[in-house]
Amino acid sequence: MNTQGNLLIVSSSPHLHSENCVATTMRDVVIALLPALFAAIYFFGMDAVTVVLTCVITAVLSEAIAQKIMHREVTISDGSAVVTGLLLAFCLPPTIPLWIAAIGAAVAIVIGKHFFGGLGCNIFNPALIGRAFLVASWPVAMTTWVAPLGLDGVSAATSVDSITTATPLAILKGGLAQGLPSYGQLFMGNIAGCLGETSALALLVGALYLLFRGHIDWRIPFSYLGTVFVFTWLIGADPVFHLLAGGLMLGAFFMATDWVTSPITKKGRIIFGIGCGLLTVIIRMWGGYPEGVCYSILLMNLATPLIDRYTRGRVFGGVKKHA
Amino acid sequence: MSIRTFKGGVHLAGYKEGTQGLPIVEAKVPGIVYLPVSQHLGAPCEPIVQVGDEVKKGQKIAEGKGFVTAPIHASVSGKVIAIEKRPHPGGNFVNCIVIENDFKEEWADTVKPHPNPEELSPDDIRKIIFEAGIVGMGGATFPSHVKLAPVEGKKADYIILNGVECEPYITADHRLMLEKPERIIAGLKYILKSTACKKGIIAIEENKPDAIALFKKLVVKEKGIRVQALREKYPQGSEKQLIYACTKREVPVGGLPIDAGVIVHNVGTAAAIADAVELGIPLIQRVLTLSGDGIQKPANYLVRLGTLFSALIEESGGYQGEPEKIIAGGLMMGKTVFTADVPVIKGSSGIVVLKKKTASKAREYNCVRCAKCIDACPLFLEPTTIAKLVKRNLFKEAEQMNAFSCIECGSCQYSCPARIPLVQYLRRAKQEIVAMKAKAKSDGGKK
Repeated sequence: MNTQGNLLIVSSSPHLHSENCVATTMRDVVIALLPALFAAIYFFGMDAVTVVLTCVITAVLSEAIAQKIMHREVTISDGSAVVTGLLLAFCLPPTIPLWIAAIGAAVAIVIGKHFFGGLGCNIFNPALIGRAFLVASWPVAMTTWVAPLGLDGVSAATSVDSITTATPLAILKGGLAQGLPSYGQLFMGNIAGCLGETSALALLVGALYLLFRGHIDWRIPFSYLGTVFVFTWLIGADPVFHLLAGGLMLGAFFMATDWVTSPITKKGRIIFGIGCGLLTVIIRMWGGYPEGVCYSILLMNLATPLIDRYTRGRVFGGVKKHA
Repeated sequence: MSIRTFKGGVHLAGYKEGTQGLPIVEAKVPGIVYLPVSQHLGAPCEPIVQVGDEVKKGQKIAEGKGFVTAPIHASVSGKVIAIEKRPHPGGNFVNCIVIENDFKEEWADTVKPHPNPEELSPDDIRKIIFEAGIVGMGGATFPSHVKLAPVEGKKADYIILNGVECEPYITADHRLMLEKPERIIAGLKYILKSTACKKGIIAIEENKPDAIALFKKLVVKEKGIRVQALREKYPQGSEKQLIYACTKREVPVGGLPIDAGVIVHNVGTAAAIADAVELGIPLIQRVLTLSGDGIQKPANYLVRLGTLFSALIEESGGYQGEPEKIIAGGLMMGKTVFTADVPVIKGSSGIVVLKKKTASKAREYNCVRCAKCIDACPLFLEPTTIAKLVKRNLFKEAEQMNAFSCIECGSCQYSCPARIPLVQYLRRAKQEIVAMKAKAKSDGGKK
């Protein structure tokens, strides 16, 4: 008997693994964001390209530098920094100075993610941390909007001459003289707003892909959107307008559904979505800002551990626990 | 009749095409068999033969103390040439009774057909099952007579025969169901009789439509026995999930199937019971599947217990490529062995040989809280939360999260995009909980 030579590999079961891994999931998220990226380029031209590139490159670089400094393995190949950079770019105005965008991306990655321990350990959605930081630091740059191009037949090259305007939500908030856009404009995305948030259609196409691939749970976006719809309808506002305007579609499908910062229980995800919805409407209707998606998600991120704790399910063969 | 299932679980590639169409062939009876004294859950046996003794086929050669044990029988006739510690498919070294085959195939005189098995009492049937050394042949190897013993105040409403076989690559039960269906039904009837139970269910996963159709035809004339088709999903063959799928009953936490009024036996166990009761043949051989991408000719073999894996691999034309892992059991729950020179035991339902892959392995990440493990867990646990507690040595908290309910099916780890070895953490939690309880008990005793 030969037990000395040619020993086989011994490992703990299971010996089979699904094809899924973090990197493939991040790749799918990037794919899901592509329609909105194309819409952004279509509506905002080269501005969109430069802002997106600035954010993505800065995010990846700052992740690499942060990990080097902290003597950790550099994990930029998992694609999570690319996703954070893309998402941050999507919630910035198209005319944002590039150095501000770069600072936002670095803050998102370094403070929002690596100060907490890196992928999986952050409490808040890093991209939203980046946005919140920029809104607090450069409020004017973060609220200077341009009218979209494209549908007017204006070519992207003339984007330097873009007309300054207001977002639909700001129009509503400020009672400005400008008329509100139609549902059709809101749905297609030829309205003023952050880069990637304006086209509900493009975002929904991407969201469907993520739902189909099983990467996001329908519970969060549907409870979020449902709450906004019902709440605005109850207080006499225009529910369809509120669904389509601002960053709600982007937030509900791509930010609130972030694995790391949303609850892991099914019931918890519904509570999370409802909480986001309530806070969004409260901020939009009665808060100081025209838009509340970013802060509502950040606030609910904070509640995630608590929600998880109190929504734990019943174990198979066990009785229902009363929390 | 609808196709039923359980909640949670994962959809796996079956990898069964290679062997499901291959009839069971009798493997070459080896010149030497190695019979470990521990082939079951419970007290190991002590040899009752000595080196130099002549033994006959079917002769009892080792027995254990207590109730939860199962005796071992010689699988060939010949001479005991050694009793020594040898590698066991469980991963450790276990005392083995080594018998040199004289190829006379002489049966022991204890092995004789029963003249009228119809007249046996429930007690007689259980006694025969115990004496024949029959254990759960799906891989769990729990002694069968223990499951059948009456429990005060509890009654079995259903006997379920497990013909699910949800592990990838393994087709041994499938072939047995196609080739020996009448033995399985006969076994079920003895089980029903020994437990005074009226209803029997033969549960088969929908990926074996030929077996479902065959049994449906055969049970038409059997009173109280029905066939239940089950959705193809892993771990459909897990006892608790099987019971739920068939009866909508949940085995309570910390309880046994009998607490839900059900007893489950594997189809292979039922066939072995029929052989023991009617023919007096103890458990000395079994059907297993030898498959995987690292084997030349996958096959379903009828094998004498004590045959080495290496002998079967040789019979199947040897390795294809360089072997990386040899798994005793299935891909999801089987154990890797460090050498192919381990013997087939009562619970060996399959041997899977995986060849060396050139592709690099995905790295492990931090948990990204995707909750796929929670969705996959058929026991509704939070594997990732328990794993995090184990990392911080918080075993009491892990126990409160019901870590002990884990059946180690591997569904969580299979689904995990961060490739965290969740099952290993869960196993650790269970070991520590057992240790904690033992300590609490001994501390309590001292006071």
